[in-house]
Amino acid sequence: MNKASSALSGLYLLLILFFLYIPIIVMMIMSFNRSELYLLPFEFDLVWYQQLAQNDQLIGAARNSIVIALVNTVIATTLGTLTALCFARYEFRGKRVLQGMLVPTLTMPWLITGTAMLMFFFWSGIGRGLHSILLGHVALSLPYVVIIVGARLRSLGVSMEEAAATLGANGWQTFWRVTAPLMAPGIVAAALFAFAISFDQFVISYFLAPVGTSTLPVQIYSAIRKGFTPEINAISTIIILASMVLMIGFARFSKFGGER
Amino acid sequence: MSAVGISNVAKYYGKVAALDDVSMTVQDGEFFGLLGPSGGGKTTLLRAIAGFVEPDRGEITIAGKAVSNIPINKRDIGMMFQNYALFPHLTVAENIGFGLSVRHRPKAEIAERVRQLLELVRLSGFEGRKPKQMSGGQQQRIALARALSTNPKVLLLDEPLGALDKKLREEMQFELKQIQRDVGITTVFVTHDQEEALTLSDRIAIMNGGRVEQIGAPRDIYERPRTAFAASFLGTANFFEGVVSGRGDGVTRIELPDGQAIFTTDEAPAGARVTAAVRPEKLLAGPVGAQGQEGRTNTIQGRVMAEVFAGNSVTYKVDAGNKPVTVFVQNRTDERFGPDQTIALTWAPYHTILVAA
Repeated sequence: MNKASSALSGLYLLLILFFLYIPIIVMMIMSFNRSELYLLPFEFDLVWYQQLAQNDQLIGAARNSIVIALVNTVIATTLGTLTALCFARYEFRGKRVLQGMLVPTLTMPWLITGTAMLMFFFWSGIGRGLHSILLGHVALSLPYVVIIVGARLRSLGVSMEEAAATLGANGWQTFWRVTAPLMAPGIVAAALFAFAISFDQFVISYFLAPVGTSTLPVQIYSAIRKGFTPEINAISTIIILASMVLMIGFARFSKFGGER
Repeated sequence: MSAVGISNVAKYYGKVAALDDVSMTVQDGEFFGLLGPSGGGKTTLLRAIAGFVEPDRGEITIAGKAVSNIPINKRDIGMMFQNYALFPHLTVAENIGFGLSVRHRPKAEIAERVRQLLELVRLSGFEGRKPKQMSGGQQQRIALARALSTNPKVLLLDEPLGALDKKLREEMQFELKQIQRDVGITTVFVTHDQEEALTLSDRIAIMNGGRVEQIGAPRDIYERPRTAFAASFLGTANFFEGVVSGRGDGVTRIELPDGQAIFTTDEAPAGARVTAAVRPEKLLAGPVGAQGQEGRTNTIQGRVMAEVFAGNSVTYKVDAGNKPVTVFVQNRTDERFGPDQTIALTWAPYHTILVAA
């Protein structure tokens, strides 16, 4: 590579990193700054973390978000993996139609899905609440799980399962000794997506949250509307650090469903 | 006793017959090749023996027992897959021991069997490796060891050497044959490679369009092909179409459209339209007039169109009466034929074989 194009691609990389990470880094730094109005010079202080510890609304919302995201991950990953297995290994009537129905839900704007869910849950008596937020999140993240695990299963092919059968393994043994370990990286990646989709979800949670309870994104949004405090920076910093540790750990383990 | 029996097996995909009334018997200890083009039905038949494909009609027996109601994992077969299908998350030892492990055999017994098999395929010491850390040839041998691990009644090989490069393939052919003989296991294998079929098989079934074209020892099929397809798929063949115009002196005379005549020791009724096959290496090429023109030798004349030099032999494409004829000439003398030269091709009548078109 010659010098000019090398410098150009270096600049390109720098710009990406700049716009992706600088806002986040600035926010993290400001969470440790004493000034409420982001005044410089920087003075290190944990005041916003202390205030956060007393903000029951924000902590309650964060707890709601984490619980919903975890339960959503378990439910969506389990159902989605079973669906993907069914699509990949069995032939049945209407399979094509069902597979085709997965895709539009990915491109449908969440605002529309959220509105539709709000109307439907109201009309059907399910109502608003953490339970309906969970329902909505499962419905949203399920297609992602099916597609990610399905891609893994497709790339594996059936010949290893066939080989296990010729060697005398019954269906149960084949699943636990061959299929499950081989699709595990795909399942882990899918679970991460399911968690992230739920944890990030604002629109649907906002529509379905009853008065008085909310999830973290909804709470942050309403806090910003009332007037921004660096407590938001503090909780955001905690979440960013936690999710980075989680993601790096999983990425090392699973390489996101690719080959190990 | 027949190790594998196939009788009147048919399998349809929609209206297309993947297997159309196929029957054959594989003998105990035999190395049996299924040869044919893709879509010929050979893989479907192999998968039907394994149990992955359920025939619509007919019966398959393994060691005398009908297997139609026996699931794959109870059929007592060993199968080597085209891409080997080794388990990437297991070590070599775990791969080979898989069949015994799912049968809940004691650990010591499995370890001993794995050791034996690795010795057999000359990969001792590789127990702890993962398949990915091994070369294609080594993976292939691990797959073979795994297929043999449970002492199956029949070994099924799907394009066993297809994924290897040419040099390795030739090496593995001998090794595979040697191991098969040592173990003495009945083996059915699928290939589209005629050379592989010739070198490995005790007998070959040539399959095309879901049907068996011919079954026999490689040499028998090569020398006496029964159909035009068998003649052209196993080796190369020149075909002459003509009308039988008489018989005498133990030979049948066939008149070709351009007026020349050829002779065969095969019999056919006068007036019949027939197809005759002649192998390119049976033809003797020479300058016109040099042959002793005995009535019982075939002689046709043609014009040299092209010459391909292959080192030990030369292939000539000859235009004999608007019909291209291929001739292999051993590179034994300095004799060469130039382009457009008219030459004579001669051969013995028993090398003219009447085949079903």
